[in-house]
Amino acid sequence: MRTLSKAVLGLLAILAVAFLGSAPALAQEADETIGGVIRDDRDPVEGVTLTVTDADGAEVGTTESDADGRWRVPLPAPGEYVVTLDVDTLPEGVPPPAEPSITTNVGGNQDRSVAFRLGEPGREPAPEPSPRDDAEAPVEGAPGAEVETEGEALEEPGGTATARPAQVWQLLSNGLRFGLILGLASLGLSLVFGTIGLVNFSHGELVAFGAITAWFLNISAGIHLLPAALITIVLAAVFGWAQDRGFWRPLRNRGTGLITMMIISVGVLLLLRFSYLFIFGGERQQYRQFVIQSAMAIGPFRWAPRDMWIMGISTGLMIVVSLVLLKTRAGKAVRAVSDNPALAASSGIYVDRVVTNVWVVGTALAGLAGVLFGLIQSVDYLMGVRILLLIFAAVILGGLGTAWGAMLGGILVGILVEVSTLLIPPELKNAGALAIMVIILLIRPQGLLGRRERVG
Amino acid sequence: MDWGFIFDVSARSLVGQEAIVYALAAIGLNVQFGYTGLLNFGQAAFAAVAGYGLATTVATFGLPFWLGILIGFAGAALLALLLGIPTLRLRADYLAIVTIAASEIIRLTFRSSTLRDTFGGSNGLTGFTNSFFDLNPYEEPMGFGPWTFGSREAWVLTVGWVLVLFACLIVWALMRSPWGRVLKAIREDEDAVRSVGKNVYFYKMQSLAIGGLIGALAGFMFSIANAAIQPDLYQPTFTFFAYTILILGGAARVFGPVVGAIIFWFVLQFLATLIESGVRADIFPFSLMTTTQVGPVRFMLVGIILILLLVFRPQGIFGNRKELVFDVR
Repeated sequence: MRTLSKAVLGLLAILAVAFLGSAPALAQEADETIGGVIRDDRDPVEGVTLTVTDADGAEVGTTESDADGRWRVPLPAPGEYVVTLDVDTLPEGVPPPAEPSITTNVGGNQDRSVAFRLGEPGREPAPEPSPRDDAEAPVEGAPGAEVETEGEALEEPGGTATARPAQVWQLLSNGLRFGLILGLASLGLSLVFGTIGLVNFSHGELVAFGAITAWFLNISAGIHLLPAALITIVLAAVFGWAQDRGFWRPLRNRGTGLITMMIISVGVLLLLRFSYLFIFGGERQQYRQFVIQSAMAIGPFRWAPRDMWIMGISTGLMIVVSLVLLKTRAGKAVRAVSDNPALAASSGIYVDRVVTNVWVVGTALAGLAGVLFGLIQSVDYLMGVRILLLIFAAVILGGLGTAWGAMLGGILVGILVEVSTLLIPPELKNAGALAIMVIILLIRPQGLLGRRERVG
Repeated sequence: MDWGFIFDVSARSLVGQEAIVYALAAIGLNVQFGYTGLLNFGQAAFAAVAGYGLATTVATFGLPFWLGILIGFAGAALLALLLGIPTLRLRADYLAIVTIAASEIIRLTFRSSTLRDTFGGSNGLTGFTNSFFDLNPYEEPMGFGPWTFGSREAWVLTVGWVLVLFACLIVWALMRSPWGRVLKAIREDEDAVRSVGKNVYFYKMQSLAIGGLIGALAGFMFSIANAAIQPDLYQPTFTFFAYTILILGGAARVFGPVVGAIIFWFVLQFLATLIESGVRADIFPFSLMTTTQVGPVRFMLVGIILILLLVFRPQGIFGNRKELVFDVR
């Protein structure tokens, strides 16, 4: 027990240092800003110069769009401003906007968004967050009419046919970042399966829970993202505990079969997802801090400061989880229950308590992963859907039931998803990962690190 | 609160097109899951392939409508083959994951902008239903009371319900045959069936194909009723709703899926109209719920219904507790 307490304290210390230490390095807030995303059809365009001048024509600031196409210029005061896109800095093959200048009014404390439609008449959208134009009012008969904007376009470099080396490194950078978060998110699913044999279809919604809770703390309650994230982790842990003690454990004690519980988890998925739609709404939202940053070059990789913190936190947590599993008694108990619950119980391990611990830690990590995803993508109620199948791909590739399988699988799937855009269109990159998962299930169903067992 | 309006709208949904589409999808699922125990989470893919087969043949390539129907069926059968050959040996939970992944791969492919010229991208296709409506014998609106439909809609509903009855007839005939008995035996104990010398793999494949062909009917009706097809209508939620309907009505019963579909959409429509009227009439305070939030509420209810059904009455309304697929690993 003492080693476990030390490990938990160590974990909290790492988190505290990470979160608090990163605050001064990452804070980038002005009272008023103007910004946006430069996209060519769905691919972000990098390196475009934008100049902001005030109503008198004096230049206020100038910047370049980053690897995600994003740019932002801080403003001295509210008022009218003119944003001009320098068409000479557009990469070749990208059509210029019909109007290279947009005039807009920025209110007090407003982060104004301005959109340049490349190739179409430039127009102003509503202030941030930009509303999506897809259906929120459900079409009759269509399940929820969740028209997603596919191919996030937030993680892809400008689509060119030939792969330049810089592009490959960019993809690797994005992939590693995504994969590390995916590994965190997948841990919970894999361990739950390992200990009780349940494939929890609602696990993606636990990730979304973290993202959305953090958003409410950050935007509605006005808490800075770092303490909001810590609170979210605690809330997610409580949610996981409540789910196990209040719902899943009674079901197990009743003797509910695994297939029944799996379909029940589908019901939980529906309940949670549409609760998020109900509470959060159908639009994508952003956190208030750390969202707009430009990437820096670290060797051949390109990451923004927040990306490095994200990857550092993810890696650190994975190391802590590994150490806990290997060195502490609680960790050993988890591994024993994953291996053979009956034998573990007969050797004196409280299986129920182990399972609850797994739920708590798994959900907490999923919640944190949700916050991190919300940082690199945006927060919306469909996050769970999008991430669930990738989590499945990660755990199956790595080996369903093992923690290290989940982590390794997550990293590999993350890199795979990004690098595959060299060969397949970006909107199909998730399909590529799913195809890999299907193939793995056919040729090596236990995944890379799993144990050979009956899968059929 | 206009109760007359609420009643009218809800009554129409008893025979409406959603009920038809999901009844057909659930009947197909019944063959696969209710009778054979295959946890196919990709039923949406069968409907999508059939619908796109029809729409692409007619709208993109300008070929006749009936050829489109044929191609839709062929596509569904091919999908059953492709899906089944590698995966039917897998355990239930792995089969579920693979089928849902396949369903998403197919949807993403149909949705892709690379293939937009063929499949219409995220906007989908329209303009493939003319031959269908040319056969419409109804001239004027017909019906009585709340069930008054325009001539086009009446034709869609007629054809749809005829197809539903046809599918039920097929299922009934199949399941009382020796072939059907083998399916049920596979559901109960695969190894026992194998030990008697039956080729379990082939039976499962046939079950998957037949369920998929009935699911293809659902895809046809869905696209014809909307006179359009869109990829985002075929998300996993489509399959999840079909499962809810199947379990609600009672798996492994011929009319279970039909009754489930009717009740499901009636309840959903009734609640939606009720809540929306309530919000408009200020019975529910606006701070609690706006009119745009009515949609999610009823789908939250679907999740709750599914959970409650499985926990307290997994056999649904008409099902037989002894014939349950569940409690089998």
